[in-house]
Parts: sequence; structure tokens; C-alpha cells
Amino acid sequence: MSQTRVPAALIALAGLGLLFFLLPPAGLIVRAPWNQAVGAITAPETATALELSLFCSLAATAIALVLGIPLALVLSRTTGNLRRLMRALTTLPMVLPPVVGGVALLFAFGRRGLVGSLLYQAFGIQIPFTTAAAVMAETFVAMPFLVIAVEGGLRSLDPRYEEAARALGARGWMVFARVTLPLLRPAIFSGAVLCWARALGEFGATITFAGSLPGRTQTVPIAVYVALETNPDSAIVLSLILLAVSLAILVGMRDRWLGAL
Amino acid sequence: MVRRLLVPTMLLALTGCGGQASASHPTSGGIIVFAAASLQPAFDNVASQLVQKQALKTSFSYAGTQTLTGQLMQGAPADVFASADTAHMTTLQSAGLLAGPAKIFAHNRLEIAVARGNPKHIQTLADLSRAGLVVVLADPSVPAGKYAQQALSTAHATVHPASLELQVTGVLTKVALGEADAGIVYVSDIETSGQVDGVTIPDTQNVIADYPIAALKTASDAAGAQAFIDFVLSPDGQAILQAAGFQRV
Repeated sequence: MSQTRVPAALIALAGLGLLFFLLPPAGLIVRAPWNQAVGAITAPETATALELSLFCSLAATAIALVLGIPLALVLSRTTGNLRRLMRALTTLPMVLPPVVGGVALLFAFGRRGLVGSLLYQAFGIQIPFTTAAAVMAETFVAMPFLVIAVEGGLRSLDPRYEEAARALGARGWMVFARVTLPLLRPAIFSGAVLCWARALGEFGATITFAGSLPGRTQTVPIAVYVALETNPDSAIVLSLILLAVSLAILVGMRDRWLGAL
Repeated sequence: MVRRLLVPTMLLALTGCGGQASASHPTSGGIIVFAAASLQPAFDNVASQLVQKQALKTSFSYAGTQTLTGQLMQGAPADVFASADTAHMTTLQSAGLLAGPAKIFAHNRLEIAVARGNPKHIQTLADLSRAGLVVVLADPSVPAGKYAQQALSTAHATVHPASLELQVTGVLTKVALGEADAGIVYVSDIETSGQVDGVTIPDTQNVIADYPIAALKTASDAAGAQAFIDFVLSPDGQAILQAAGFQRV
């Protein structure tokens, strides 16, 4: 025990900080209508929101994997100002208020938006108010988490494995699929889980860009917000489900996965 | 161990006290008004008149009536509540949160909001059920959404909305941005928006929304709260509301 003792005042402040984190979930758990919990979970509105949220967050994670891994690869192999610019662009949604993200998505993909107007005029496709819009909003907000995790994994990768594969005659795609990807598995996994958790919790960008309609765009966080005034019990039960999922992710990932960041 | 636990508890007790103290005396010389989102254009004018004439400063929290009711039920500090329906005001009254009886200070009616020039040629509520039309309504938990449902059922029109917004201004925004072809909002919203056109809903299908106002028990400035309510009910206040598209009482 040669460690320096932490001053009592700091311990007190740390305790206060912990208490601040502990009390909100405790409040949820205490206020939860446990005797009606089963009924509330199986209620059609709750089930609809859960189903939709599950679909949207998994779809967002899938898109993030397909686009985010290559993006991380390019980021890790680029240097200088271009890299700085790309990195800033990629991480922007992490610091941008989600509502602003939603407004920005509207002006890009809305019926009068930059790209959306072309889609609408040429094909009659309208993205806002669709489940696709909810998936896009979640992808926009959540993909950076995957890119950052995978890029971190790539940077700590020993380049000799890829060099050896190339020396043995493997081409670019083969090296990527057979050497790089398998080595990246832990980083991809932790990035995907964080990305999924963020997508599952998305509210601001989704309600701004996709609106709120049960079964189509009303994901669990939006359903919680709507239910809070009309049906508080259902709001608490849905919140508890999200809380349980978040806790499960944390316990499942432990320090190992978070440490990869 | 006891000491370790004691300090945070004491700090918590201190901050708890601070919170309560600030709830009963928030800012010096100003009142907080919780008002239905549709009231914003009118009440912003009311506030600037009150500053000029009575040196009374007002800060607003505008949102869907149901959101504000929820916040007040959870103990949000405010001096005055102005609701877009009587049902939510009654909820607060039953919870014992009102300082006095609520008074109706304005009426509003519904109108169909469409893009400038009405490119989709919407004439009636029944037109809103046309296929391929993107219609946005307020959620039924929002007064405007409840009124819209009543009007639609009177008109025997079945609408499949693209979205159920959490406040009536959300409906207006979606139409103004061109993302929705039509939405059901208040006459006052269209009157003050300037970005959309309105299609009149006939009296036989329309709904008259009653807006009640009341001072809250938690009011830190009861005199200020009463001054605000008196002004809203005065000829000057009624003129502002009328100019913003409301009907006076």
C-alpha cells in the first residue's frame, strides 16, 4: 500500500459525483410499476416501439459497418491536412447537437434539400417521415463511434502482418479480408456495440428528420418522451428496458473493450 | 466511514436547500410563464408591452400544453400557465397547483396549413385523405392533435398522417419546410407564420379551442403573475391576441 492517500475532500467530491450518477437510475427503479411491468412490456404500443427501435438500430449498425470500416481504413492510411479534414468531418456528429444533425439532414435529404430535391423530382422518393429516415438519422449520429474505434484498432495494428501477406503474393483485397479484418475483430466488435447503443438511444436527430409515428418512426426514446405525459408507467418501463440494455453492454464489454478506445 | 458518507449527504442537503430557495425567489423582478406553443407570437408581443408599460419582465417556456403540464406536475417552478385546452388546466387544478380559478382568455380555430399557393389544391378536410398526400398532424396527446381528430371525425375523413408532432408548431414547420403537403394547425399559427397558406375549415366541422390562463401556487411573484393575467384579459391584451389570429373572449 505505497499509494498516496487521496485527500478526504476529494473522496467526498468523488462520492458526490458517484451519487449524481446513481440517483437517476435509482429513481427509475423505485418509481417503476413493477406489478404492471409485464403488462406494460407486452402492451402493443411498447412492443411496436421496441420492435422498431431494434430494427432501426441494427440497420444503422449494419450500414455503419459497411461504410465505417473502409472509412476508418482510409483515415488510418492518410496523412496531413486531408486526414485532419476527414477526421473532423467524421467526428462532427459526435459533438454536434443531435437536433442540429436532424435539421442538417432535412436540408440535405428533405424534399427541398440538396440531394433530396433531386431524388424527389427524378424518382418521387421522399425520405423524411419514413423508417429509412430514422435509420439514416441513427447512422449519422452513431457511425462515428464505430469509425473511431476501428481507426484506433488499425493504428495499433502491427503492419508486419500485412507486409508479410503482401510478400507472399496476396493482393490488396485479399490482405484486407484475410489479414486486416480478422486482426481488427476486437475493435470492430467494440465499435459496433457502442455504435448500436448510441443508435438505440438516438432521439433528437430522429424526431427532427423522421418525425414521430408509431410503428414507422417512433423509436423507444421518442415513445418514452410521448408517453411521459400521457402514460408515465409505460415511459418508466421503456426507460428501464433501455437502462438494462445499456448496463448489459457495459458489463459485457468490461474494461477490455472500452480500453480499446 | 461515517465521515465519508456524511460529507456528501450534507452537501446534498445544502444543494437541496439551494434549489428550493431559488424556486421561491428565482430572479429579481421577473415572472416565468409556461405557455402553449401556439401562443408564442401573441405572448412575445404581450411581454414587450408589459416591459414598456409596467416594467414587468417575462420569460417564457413555450411547448406543447401536455409537455408543460407534465413539467408542472413534476414541480417545475412557474408563475403563470396558459394552456391550449381546458383538460390540461383541469389536471393541474385537481393536483392543487393553481393559485386561483382559471379564466378563458382566448379562442382559436383550426385551419389546414398548405404550401404557398396551395399547389396540391386542397379544399376540404376530406381532401387530406387523398392518396400520396403527405399530411402531418399533432399527436393526440397535444391539444391541437386532439382537436384535429375531432374535426376529422366530424368531416368523416380518415387521414394516415406521416408524423404525429409533439407540438403544433412542429406541424407548421414541416409544412413551411415543404416536407409535408398539409397539416392541421390553428388559424393563429397560419396568421403569424407568413410561410404557409391556410385553407378554411367550415364552422360545421371546425373545433373551437378554449385557452385558459391561471396563476400557479408555486408563483414566486404573485403580483407579477396577476399583472400578466390582467393584461392578457385587458382590451390591450385582447387586441394583441386578435392581431395574432385568436378570437377575443
